[in-house]
Amino acid sequence: MTGRKNYLLSTLAVLLSGVVFLVPFAFIVLTAMKTRQDAAELRFSWPHQFQFVQNLVDVVQARDYMLIIAFINSTILTVASVTIMVVLAAMVAFVLQRRQSRWNGLITFLVLSGLIIPPAVVPTIWVLQRLGLFRTMPGLILVEVAFGMSFCVLLFRAFIATIPRELDEAAIIDGAGPLRLFFRVIFPLLRSVVVTAVVVQSVTVWNDFVNPLYFLPGDQNATVQLTLYNFSSQYNTQFNLLFTNILLITIPPLLMFLVFNRQIVAGMTAGAVKG
Amino acid sequence: MATSARSPYSNWFYLPAAVIYGILFAVPTFASFFFSLTRWSIFDWKFIGFDNFVTFFREPALVKGLTNTLIYALVTSGLKVVLGLLLALLLTSQIAGRGYLRSVVFFPVLVSTIGVGLTFTVLMNPDQGLINDALGVLGIDGPGWLTDPQYALLSVALVDVWKGVGLATVIYIAGIVSIPAEYFEAARMDGAGAWDNFRRIVLPLARPATVTVIILSLIGGLRSFDLIWAMTRGGPGFTSDVIASVIYKQYQAGFYGLSTAGNVVLFLVVTAIVLPLSRFLNRKEVEL
Repeated sequence: MTGRKNYLLSTLAVLLSGVVFLVPFAFIVLTAMKTRQDAAELRFSWPHQFQFVQNLVDVVQARDYMLIIAFINSTILTVASVTIMVVLAAMVAFVLQRRQSRWNGLITFLVLSGLIIPPAVVPTIWVLQRLGLFRTMPGLILVEVAFGMSFCVLLFRAFIATIPRELDEAAIIDGAGPLRLFFRVIFPLLRSVVVTAVVVQSVTVWNDFVNPLYFLPGDQNATVQLTLYNFSSQYNTQFNLLFTNILLITIPPLLMFLVFNRQIVAGMTAGAVKG
Repeated sequence: MATSARSPYSNWFYLPAAVIYGILFAVPTFASFFFSLTRWSIFDWKFIGFDNFVTFFREPALVKGLTNTLIYALVTSGLKVVLGLLLALLLTSQIAGRGYLRSVVFFPVLVSTIGVGLTFTVLMNPDQGLINDALGVLGIDGPGWLTDPQYALLSVALVDVWKGVGLATVIYIAGIVSIPAEYFEAARMDGAGAWDNFRRIVLPLARPATVTVIILSLIGGLRSFDLIWAMTRGGPGFTSDVIASVIYKQYQAGFYGLSTAGNVVLFLVVTAIVLPLSRFLNRKEVEL
């Protein structure tokens, strides 16, 4: 390819990407800075009057500080479920990869099922109710763990296959039991893929709307995605506040993206293409 | 027994995961087959055979949900394959601003679906929205994207593609990058052009990536709920309802048995499409 053609194509691509991908984000930011009347016009335009701080205060104070509660709820949900899911999935992937037994086929089948089969909603509510976990944070945490585990197992398993068995043998000769072997020797070696799993699943759980909607209903328990949903019905005419809310809850994934950009892409493709 | 107890790879490592997965995923899945055959109020149930399924397939609104699901999945995964491949080709070529472009295309994957849905609902507003304003400048009279029954489902599907194409692109980039450079060198010696390269080298060797993109986007498309719910709630009328939104509506209305029957239908549709397809695609790959 020649240099000239190259630059033409690049310019075109950058311009097009700006229109297609950046304009919607610019729209979110601009609307979040507008006054109520200004935002109600829904135009893609420069704000007549900047009102970002006021919007921020309003959206935080709305409905007795529901957004703050939601941020706390979502943070607890994300941290707890991702931690549990990653550790348990790594344990499964480790034994599944290392040990040949007649159960391997069945377990692999179950893992793939978890990836493909749509969860049965009402029966899950029924089970949670029987356990006394319906409408509780621990219930929702466990649901997220159950639904997210399959992806992590596949990701870890592919990676563990690249860790030489000699390492295990050396540790065993040094007298390490199963727990020590796993948590002191193997798990630290998984660091890069653990980061991928943590980032991907944190973003997934943070952005999850469906499971909180079904399994943790009620304003008291709202997660950040549900506040958006509540705002959209209640604040139908207050688009400035709605978009301030969208902007606020996009910040955590944005930070994750900026910090782990390379890692996400690398790990995700490794897992996805092999799986 | 003694040897298995002494194995460094203890079976009990499976236990905690198995308990959570079993109770909250496997049990509800099996239970759904039973409860789909009942009139159910969570607390007690009455066995009614296949009545829920009969209702499901007799109600035009619910059947519409089924066909819409198939259309939606087909359109989104088709577009993701084509656009993802094209974008990946562009982003693996020698162009300036490659890193920036890769980031920009991937970022929507990380943003909340509900947030994206609400944003595009505003952008697609027929009278005031940016999209029709822009089309107006070009002299085109844009449709009521989400208010016209003809376009509502496809409009949501397009937003789904906008949000998800970054993942397809990344998978394709990984597939293309892993093709050894020698193939392209050999092809150049033989005087192959860009099109030959694409047809004879990239397309066949990026096949695992294609399989992954198709399977992932089909599963996602068939199950899709949040974007549709945020943008149209299945409307106007029930013209953009999919199975997942039907399940939610029946659940909200208190028809738990019918809702669960919807879940079983979704289960059957997903397995009937994804299992044979993945088997077929993966077998073809081995033959190459």
